[in-house]
Amino acid sequence: MAATTQPQTGAKPATSLSNEEILRYSRHLIMPEVGMEGQLKLKNAKVLLIGTGGLGAPLGLYLAAAGVGRLGLVDFDVVDFTNLQRQVTFGSDDVGKPKTEAARARLSNLNPDIQIDTFETKLTSDNALEVFKDFDVIVDGTDNFPTRYLVNDASVLLGKPNVYGSIFRFEGQATVFGMPEGPCYRCLYPEPPPPGLVPSCAEGGVLGVLPGIVGSIQAMETIKLILGAGENLVGRLLLFDALGMKFRELKLRKNPNCPMCGEHRTIHKLIDYYEFCGVRGEEAPGPDVQVPEITPRELKARLDRGDDLFILDVREPHEFQICNLNGHLIPLGELPRRVHELDSSREIVAHCRSGKRSAEAVDFLRKAGFRKILNLRGGILAWSDDVDSRVPKY
Amino acid sequence: MSVKVMIPTPLRAYAGKRDSAEFSAATVGEALSGLTSQFRELRKHLYTEDGKLRAFVNVYLNDEDIRYLAKENTPTKDGDTISIIPSIAGGSFAR
Repeated sequence: MAATTQPQTGAKPATSLSNEEILRYSRHLIMPEVGMEGQLKLKNAKVLLIGTGGLGAPLGLYLAAAGVGRLGLVDFDVVDFTNLQRQVTFGSDDVGKPKTEAARARLSNLNPDIQIDTFETKLTSDNALEVFKDFDVIVDGTDNFPTRYLVNDASVLLGKPNVYGSIFRFEGQATVFGMPEGPCYRCLYPEPPPPGLVPSCAEGGVLGVLPGIVGSIQAMETIKLILGAGENLVGRLLLFDALGMKFRELKLRKNPNCPMCGEHRTIHKLIDYYEFCGVRGEEAPGPDVQVPEITPRELKARLDRGDDLFILDVREPHEFQICNLNGHLIPLGELPRRVHELDSSREIVAHCRSGKRSAEAVDFLRKAGFRKILNLRGGILAWSDDVDSRVPKY
Repeated sequence: MSVKVMIPTPLRAYAGKRDSAEFSAATVGEALSGLTSQFRELRKHLYTEDGKLRAFVNVYLNDEDIRYLAKENTPTKDGDTISIIPSIAGGSFAR
């Protein structure tokens, strides 16, 4: 009667549930679609979560709660204060801790019976196949294009399903890639977008609960795959519009010419995904264009001296409401139309939140003939850090 | 033929913040032409310099990917919906 509460690693699959497990999962067991057989499948399942952030939070929580016997967590990041708006596995005490460590603590508290493996490492072409090999299902909860392609390719090469979810502001997508008869990520998107075209959460924002919904859908699909229940999202792209509260569905076809999963595969090993996505060698964020700059301290010194400087703020109106340097607000997208509001004989300092958008503005204005124009390096964030800490950061 | 083109969130900034627009068009290509004529800035996000639809943008007529239909020559009917689905990765983006 004393069955194991820990799943065996590597060796034989578990064949029974302890009395404690039976009680824990009773709400699963009383459903014929799950039953003892289904719960054992969950116990023997090995699921790897790539990313323990916005999508990873509900994923980890619900898969642990469901009794997935082995959960792998891959994330090299530490918990940041701004994560708490949506990454609900973490608490305020976790800020500064590695995410895998904080997630492990939370999930093993929720379910001490499961095995949690953590990989506090960046997933790369050098380690992906090794990390993936012991798991049955890969769940993509990542936040950047190079890793999406890496996860896809590694899953297809190893023949493992890849439960995909992604979000942007108020919209989400979910599907299951990597099944032998189904499409892979490259079938849908043979090419990544050029860097800078699709803003990040930090730049575009995201409603915190959105990854909660999409990640939960991913958890649901993962459990269904393990149980073999219901109809899964293979070949179906689920689109979720949170503002309209609408779900739509598009057909995803396997591309017969897909270089990865098609009839004539041409990709046989993992590549340099950062090069593929055009983001070579960018660790710290910096302006995409080289423009003349001024630091916040230099700007402050010049203003104190009484220099006649025109401050141009290229952020959006709602950002101006959060904090501002009393600049003249022309959102970047409107600059071409409103350039007549600027006097090219005056010295202009352009700023935004972090210095990227304003660098584009300076580049644009220089090409338009403005000669006396500088970019505030690091934006209003750097101003807050270096000049006036009363200015809130966001 | 009056067709509706759904504009995805990442591209709304270039389309006057609209989430959809209606055009009179007999093919998908015509509808997209209508879209990029009305919103010129969208053009470079959807098309390469030699006029091809960018590979990270998928276009659907109702629920079918036009790559598996007749691409931009796919005929449209009254009430059809064209969806533009760009890839989104969610989260931070290495920039």
